[in-house]
Amino acid sequence: MQYEPIIGLEIHIQAKTKSKMFSRVSAEYWGKPPNSCVDPVSLGLPGALPVPNKKAIEHCIKLSLALGCEINQETKFDRKNYFYPDLPKGYQISQYDQPIGFEGELKLGLESDAKVIKITRVHMEEDTGKSIHMENETLLDFNKAGVPLIEVVTEPDFRNGIEIDIFAKQLRQIVRTLGVSDADMEKGQMRYELNISLRKIGEKELPNYKVEIKNIGSISVLQKVLDFEVNRQKEILVTGKAPVQETRGVRDMTGQTYSQRLKEEANDYRYFPEPDIPPFHFTDEYLEGLKNEIPELPMQRQKRYMGLGIAEDIAETIINDEIKLNYLEQVIEFTKNDKSLLERLPTVAKFIISKLSGLSEEDKFDYQISTLPAAVIIRIAELRDAGEINSNTINQILEASAATGKFSDLKSLNDYINQEGLKTNTDESQVNVVVEKVIAAEPDAKERFKKNPKVTMYFVGQAMKELRGKGDAKVLQELIEKRLQELQD
Amino acid sequence: MANGDINTIASIRDKVKSAKISYSELATEYIELAKKADTKLNLFVNSTYDEALTAAKRVDVLVEKSENSLENSSIQGIPTALKDNFNWTDTKTTASSKILDDYISPYNATVTERMLQDSAVILGKTNMDAFAHGSSTETSDYGVTYNPYGENRVSGGSSGGSAAIVAAGAAVYAIGSETAGSVRGPASWCGLYGFAPTYGRISRYGVVAMGSSLDRPGVLANSVMDCALVTDVIAGQDANDATTIPEVKTKYASNLNSEIKKQTLGIPKQFLDERIDSEVSSRILEVVKSYEKLGYKIKEIDLLDPKFSIAVYTIICRSEVSSNLARIDGIRYGHFAEEASENILDQIALNRGEGFGNEAKQRSMTGAYALSAGYYDAYYKRAQRVRTLIIEDFKRAFTEVDLIVGPTMPTVAPKVGVTKNNPLFGELADVLTEPSALAGLPCITVPVGVNSEEMPIGFQIFGPQFAEQEVLDLAYVYEQKLK
Repeated sequence: MQYEPIIGLEIHIQAKTKSKMFSRVSAEYWGKPPNSCVDPVSLGLPGALPVPNKKAIEHCIKLSLALGCEINQETKFDRKNYFYPDLPKGYQISQYDQPIGFEGELKLGLESDAKVIKITRVHMEEDTGKSIHMENETLLDFNKAGVPLIEVVTEPDFRNGIEIDIFAKQLRQIVRTLGVSDADMEKGQMRYELNISLRKIGEKELPNYKVEIKNIGSISVLQKVLDFEVNRQKEILVTGKAPVQETRGVRDMTGQTYSQRLKEEANDYRYFPEPDIPPFHFTDEYLEGLKNEIPELPMQRQKRYMGLGIAEDIAETIINDEIKLNYLEQVIEFTKNDKSLLERLPTVAKFIISKLSGLSEEDKFDYQISTLPAAVIIRIAELRDAGEINSNTINQILEASAATGKFSDLKSLNDYINQEGLKTNTDESQVNVVVEKVIAAEPDAKERFKKNPKVTMYFVGQAMKELRGKGDAKVLQELIEKRLQELQD
Repeated sequence: MANGDINTIASIRDKVKSAKISYSELATEYIELAKKADTKLNLFVNSTYDEALTAAKRVDVLVEKSENSLENSSIQGIPTALKDNFNWTDTKTTASSKILDDYISPYNATVTERMLQDSAVILGKTNMDAFAHGSSTETSDYGVTYNPYGENRVSGGSSGGSAAIVAAGAAVYAIGSETAGSVRGPASWCGLYGFAPTYGRISRYGVVAMGSSLDRPGVLANSVMDCALVTDVIAGQDANDATTIPEVKTKYASNLNSEIKKQTLGIPKQFLDERIDSEVSSRILEVVKSYEKLGYKIKEIDLLDPKFSIAVYTIICRSEVSSNLARIDGIRYGHFAEEASENILDQIALNRGEGFGNEAKQRSMTGAYALSAGYYDAYYKRAQRVRTLIIEDFKRAFTEVDLIVGPTMPTVAPKVGVTKNNPLFGELADVLTEPSALAGLPCITVPVGVNSEEMPIGFQIFGPQFAEQEVLDLAYVYEQKLK
């Protein structure tokens, strides 16, 4: 029997704010001594009241909008009541029936037929403190308590770990681009919960059970958890039984899970509207203003780059590298939609991820537009595209331009190319003489070509040598192939 | 006043001036009065006489520096008391519950802070029903506070200690808080003015929470002017309380006016029916007549029966209580059980089981029940809907009348022991204050003498949201022209 996993995700993202979700104490607790970022509100002292953090709510709205969600213009906070020592108030302030965002989606990739993962809701809440269980005691650290947390919940649309991996990467790109979070998994700024069940392939209905797995700190552990759970549930299903609905925890990095709570033992959270915080009304103007603050998202940017003729893999590399994309954006800005300049961008992009990237790794280039001005890089690309310089000389030119920054204008670039004699030899008669010469030098050229047409490249190499590296490989190949073809006839 | 002179902030200022005494001497005098009254009535959970003297000495320095008497609009140097649910870093804040027996807040309530900024001389933290759960102070873990007016009578609650200390003449005014009628009730039973402005007018920050959507600090005093003046000091928007009204400074005292206005006063039929003690209702009708004689138009109105408010109030308040008390788990502060448990959740249960009194347990359990899955819609949600109806009912009424007048409490202060075998005493006694509390309306109780047993009667005035000035002015008319 073949089964497929039905998987939904809950992702908790710590929003990046100076102060906590409901008080003015610092939320930047990473690396600080335990219980040093606390105040009456985050410690849940008697009489302390929550005052919501505007910035955090705006982060939540922006993320909702970026995920294509509808926005609840009338929204509120609710109390989720349960006892735990690291939950200082005995309730978590969260959102129950009016989440800030709902019914959004995220497409896995750019293709028109790429899979779409539906987003159920995006809501705002606060983080809990941290329990550190020792042998005979439990230590509590409330630095994390009250840090703003955005929860993104998906529909059970995932069928495998690869989809989850793509989703997680894209979501992380988005929150980083929005400035909503650094989404540093090492610091627990992005955490996952899975719900997973199996059904027979071909069936349409959702299974009548689901298993929730809490607190997964990294994607690599998530993949292991997934493998473990699929196997565990499959083993139960093949015996004809159904796995029990329950909440499971992750034992360690191996991804093994263990039962925490059965469905019958599930908490009744006794949700009710938070009376300490008045409900919100987001006006159209307010939401419009936030929408306008949303920068171009990574996938949109990649699409735009591809629209400029930049290859998909090159575009993807650049959008994930802020320094490179800033440089490219300045070059794009310089073209000012001039068609002849725009056409050079695919080659410029190639330079950015190949030769310039290498120079950058050697600390010879820092992608400053002042070092390598847009006009210069475009001119180099133009020469390259016209075949006026070849791949041998291009590296020399780029290195000279980038490393020294000596070509502040086109004149100095042209002078350099002329002085060094770096231009490709395009004198047709001269090139033809060389072609004839290298073919004549090999009396069995005709037979060798007949046996293996790839021998052309050998002659191209010989011709390039004759031209002292200044030949245009493409032109040479064409001419030599044509000549060898003629010999056959 | 149960004994001695009636003192107001203005009369104290005059006394200090004419007798040429210092504020330290005044404080010493009041400390003696408070000590005596405390022995008899059980006023405080913790007295703060040393802090009071220190504050008074600072005021004397101020007076010397300014070479002048203090401003009449301030509370500088005036002896007062603070209900024990207001955080004050100088002493314990127990809310009259043993679970917080040794709890010292590391921060001040906004009200406390504003009083200290204005050099208040605070004599102590007054007794109350534990966590404000009650209308008699009988649920206090530190004993009942007696009413200065009658042997073995309760002072009311939950701000019973604050009412008793002012009525006993041992403080000029006191700070209380109400959720249903915890300012108005004890003020009425102790023959005082008790003022609770619109919900959100005075910050709740640093006040041990009972029912968050209902809680409001208030003032118990011997005059309308003092209610207005003290409110001006403690009211106003607070960045630490998201539910405060966005108005920085109120000017109720300087705007207070006893001119007769062209107003219609509404008298709700349901507040004067057979459920109300006849001596109380006949006294209130006299008050109404006297207003009529002054030229006010009187109109009988129909309001939703207050019995609905009892049900709605009980469900909403207890639900909020169940959640608000959850933070007291004995882990970070509060009572930690002697008996230790291996399991942390069991430990929390032990701490709370030992630390909370019966009333808090009862209210937490009924509140948690009302919020539980499967019951939420039938109880909490329905109660909120009816609460909306009550608010609408008042809005409709205020299209016909400017202000509403009625009795504050259905009876005078009962004898001690009243809560025995009556688990809903608190909610039932507050029947006439609950409707306006649910709507968060500004209200004041005004003393109108005593009944045949020499126990005080009070009537209340309430108005639309934010109509504090109108409410105070009408009370002022009574105080200045009809008393």
